[in-house]
Amino acid sequence: MDLEMNLNASHSMGTTIIGVTYNGGVVLGADSRTSTGMYVANRASDKITQLTDNVYVCRSGSAADSQIVSDYIRYFLHQHTIQLGQSATSKVAANLIRLLSYNNKNMLETGLIVGGWDKYEGGKIYAIPLGGTLIEQPFAIGGSGSSYLYGFFDQAWKEGMTKDEAEQFVVKAVSLAIARDGASGGVVRTVIINSEGVTRNFYPSDKLQLWHEELEPQNSLLDLLNSSSPEPMNI
Amino acid sequence: MNFMASKQPENSLLGPESDSQRTLYPYVTGTSVVALKYKDGILMAADMGGSYGSTLRYKSVERMKPIGKHSLLGASGEISDFQEILRYLDELILYDNMWDDGNSLGPKEVHNYLTRVMYNRRNKFNPLWNSLVLGGVKNGQKYLGTVSMIGVNFEDNHVATGFGNHLARPILRQEWHENLSFEDGVRLLEKCMRVLLYRDRSAVNKLQIAKITEDGVTISQPYSLKTYWEFSAFENPAQGAIGSW
Repeated sequence: MDLEMNLNASHSMGTTIIGVTYNGGVVLGADSRTSTGMYVANRASDKITQLTDNVYVCRSGSAADSQIVSDYIRYFLHQHTIQLGQSATSKVAANLIRLLSYNNKNMLETGLIVGGWDKYEGGKIYAIPLGGTLIEQPFAIGGSGSSYLYGFFDQAWKEGMTKDEAEQFVVKAVSLAIARDGASGGVVRTVIINSEGVTRNFYPSDKLQLWHEELEPQNSLLDLLNSSSPEPMNI
Repeated sequence: MNFMASKQPENSLLGPESDSQRTLYPYVTGTSVVALKYKDGILMAADMGGSYGSTLRYKSVERMKPIGKHSLLGASGEISDFQEILRYLDELILYDNMWDDGNSLGPKEVHNYLTRVMYNRRNKFNPLWNSLVLGGVKNGQKYLGTVSMIGVNFEDNHVATGFGNHLARPILRQEWHENLSFEDGVRLLEKCMRVLLYRDRSAVNKLQIAKITEDGVTISQPYSLKTYWEFSAFENPAQGAIGSW
């Protein structure tokens, strides 16, 4: 049994991150667990980071690498916005991230999903996995938890969802990944971006539906014992 | 801007590493590309898969792109390096157009440029992790060549990368001949792609076939191939030896 937790292990966001387009914009979603080896260093992290008013990025992999990359890109986009005289597009943000990811591929360990809305192309999602490939998709999943979601998305994803359908879909997906991935956990955060602006939402674990073999959380065993008896056996 | 220089031990024989970059291993990869010369030009086929290790992660990756007026480039290997090569070629074609002299780079020239790029990167121990297929037609002359990540380059009547070398080339050696019609060429490529689908774990059943002739490039819409599983030998393979496969 491993009694020594490696408290000096690098902060890695095991993570589940998701980005989906819907008719009118994009919805980004993520879990909130940051781990240092086996220890959960932060159980309520915010992995959906703002780059500009209309472009956000979901971060996975090394916490440090993803933070520094998004900090650089926020800085570049700020200058770009001033020069351009209007909001940056999600395509520009994604390409800047690709540049950093590709040119430093030997040093960085971060997979990112860029999502945003601009007046030229509407809602767009770009995936930038390890290595710096840039790939535009109607939806993207990433992080260690995403392994458990390929089948779910293959079966349940459809084009042209409404805003609420898309958000519920993302919340369900992150929640399913959290159920099976030890490196993902905590709360589900979502960010919805469309022509009207940006909406942040927060779904603590008790607001999510229960999956297989999960039980309704209780305050105490005593509540169960004291409630109307006899309790039927749970087989 | 110098991001994060890495540290070397004192007794290292490596030269300055501060701004260097070397691809040690690929992350998102494409599998085989197969191509052949036919009556009017070149036909090339590649599936649309981008694998991430053993996961078939991306299924709509276009691995063949037109280059200038006369060439078509197909790539297998690391997709990010292929995207970078496309940027290099964009610049090459731009400068060629800026001469505005009525001449344009043909497939032989583009192939030569790619060969130099790949070989020089290999010499610096920092390869672009791709195997490339370059085909085209200029002034009636058909050209089909290939370059690998270590700079091996040659031209032939039919070429393939990766698994295609082992599975498709033997079929092409038997069945290719001069002046194939478009239909025969497509059917021959499909035969190769079907075998690759059966036998290459990283193959994905969504492919495109591209054609380049004197008139230009056409890349087909993505489509899938039918596969055949209804053989009596497949239904009960362990019949003669229970426990075997």
